[in-house]
Amino acid sequence: MAVAAPRSLEPAIEAPARGPLAELTVRLFREKKLGAAGGVIFLVFLACAVFADVLAPHGANEVDLVHRFTPPSWEFPLGTDRLGRDMLSRILLGARISMIVGFVGAGLATAISILIGVVSGYLGGRIDMLTQRAVDAWMAFPDLVMLIVVVAVVGPGMPQIIVILGLLYGIAGSRIVRGAVVAVREHLYVHAAQSMGAGTPRILWRHILPNVMPVILVLFTTRIGAVILSEAGLSFLGLGIPPPAPTWGSMLSGSARTYMYIGPWLALAPGLCITLVVYSVNVLGDALRDLLDPRMRGLR
Amino acid sequence: MRAYLLRRLLFLLPTLLFASIIVFVTVRLVPGDVVDLMMAQNDISAVRDRARIEAALGLDHPLHVQYFRWAGAALRGDLGRSLWRNTPVVDVLAERLPITFELGVLALAIALSVAIPIGVYSALRQDSWGDYVTRSFSILMLAVPGFWLGTLVMVFPSVWWRWAPELEYARFLDAPLQNLRQMIVPAIILGLSLSAVTMRMTRTMMLEVLRQDYIRTARAKGLSEQIVVARHALRNGLIPVVTLVGLQAPLLIGGAVIMEQIFVIPGMGQLLLDAVSQRDYPVVSGVFLVVGTSVLLINLLVDLSYGFLDPNVRYR
Repeated sequence: MAVAAPRSLEPAIEAPARGPLAELTVRLFREKKLGAAGGVIFLVFLACAVFADVLAPHGANEVDLVHRFTPPSWEFPLGTDRLGRDMLSRILLGARISMIVGFVGAGLATAISILIGVVSGYLGGRIDMLTQRAVDAWMAFPDLVMLIVVVAVVGPGMPQIIVILGLLYGIAGSRIVRGAVVAVREHLYVHAAQSMGAGTPRILWRHILPNVMPVILVLFTTRIGAVILSEAGLSFLGLGIPPPAPTWGSMLSGSARTYMYIGPWLALAPGLCITLVVYSVNVLGDALRDLLDPRMRGLR
Repeated sequence: MRAYLLRRLLFLLPTLLFASIIVFVTVRLVPGDVVDLMMAQNDISAVRDRARIEAALGLDHPLHVQYFRWAGAALRGDLGRSLWRNTPVVDVLAERLPITFELGVLALAIALSVAIPIGVYSALRQDSWGDYVTRSFSILMLAVPGFWLGTLVMVFPSVWWRWAPELEYARFLDAPLQNLRQMIVPAIILGLSLSAVTMRMTRTMMLEVLRQDYIRTARAKGLSEQIVVARHALRNGLIPVVTLVGLQAPLLIGGAVIMEQIFVIPGMGQLLLDAVSQRDYPVVSGVFLVVGTSVLLINLLVDLSYGFLDPNVRYR
């Protein structure tokens, strides 16, 4: 081939975005202390989710009527609820639900964002115009209102919630991927590949996608927090994952709230966990954005 | 100006079209369709009756005909009748919309009056202790779920001091004080969570503007710092912040749904949740449509407001 590597045509503009993960981690700890702290907190919650069965001292739905409304103690570090269920165990298993919803939902959302964003941004023209108006329309509906209406149609349940959240954030996030693709599309190496007769799929896969990867990584990270928060909001309204699943949102929901006047400790842990997880993943996302792509500052 | 307005409105049309299709499709996708529901309620089950009801509701026509009929009726202000109360959906919406609107406006006022002064302060004292605290606070507020704050406000004051927020709804025109007593707590919670993003944006924009040449010129002229900040910097820095307020409209409405639920405010959010649990689909789609259209209109207004704030933006 006459042109050896299209990338080499413009080495100064595109810094290698696919640096090894290890290098990124080192830079995170060296340059972005708050982001690194967020990453560590998030990993702790992730570990809790993975090892919830081992860590939980009791079963999540183990009813113990003798110990109803026990305040926090050695035996029940976070107290017990109206059925004497151990709050610590429920929080740990709730972490598992949040993490599954967060990872799968954010993964799905990112995949959808890539699909729509890359097609719309690379092809441009009329398809782009129509797609963008449809995305505008979709984004006119508040997340929560859209979620409530769609749940009214498909009914509550974990798979449904994950798919809906994936779709919701996927379509909204396609805007960001599209913006990045449009910026990359006009680079010389893309034109070089086009003039060499490379097919559209090859250009998308070999040239466009790797160069919007930093955007995608940041998008995925911040979406984990958004998805977890939305699922908690839905479960809070009683429209998320149905009981007795120990979700953090449902532990704060209307029916649970009436018992908090007897056991105020019931109000603390679930909300604190949601806040911590979302906060940690947000600061991690912010730090990754600064490290990977300074142009994306302020994106959310 | 008129040409610009016209163009903006034309631009809005395809978006509105897509939005109405989204609403229509969700209405059509509803499980256990409306006919089943009506037949169950009225204790009729013959196949012949089913066909008659379908014909009466226009459900025997092809989908696109149904869509145009529905959209035509919606344009004339006819959103059908509530399946439970048998009152026109438009009347129900007209009763609830002002309540959510009031909550939204209060929350927005609180958000802006917190966010803009703190954002400006943060920018003027960049990297000071105060800047650091406000920045951490704003990142934190993005993560705290509103429904948790609401729950805490409901539970702890009542357990500790036997104080509970006002939960009995009174119309503003009948009893303004009682109305405000109920609205103020949810408005503060909602306003604080909205202020986080606005605060960040104000700070970033102010930092950018304060480095411009015309600010140096203004200072060199000997203008007082207050005038430089208020007249020269703030006015230019606020333009992107206004856009942000438009973008936050969906967040505001979503947050209002949760606050209405916690603080028992009979607005659109509660209407929506009740309608969902009663499977009152005409009401669900009515709320859906009104909310979507409002967000689009708010964003249009935001675009138009640029002309007031920024003389550089001339409507072409």
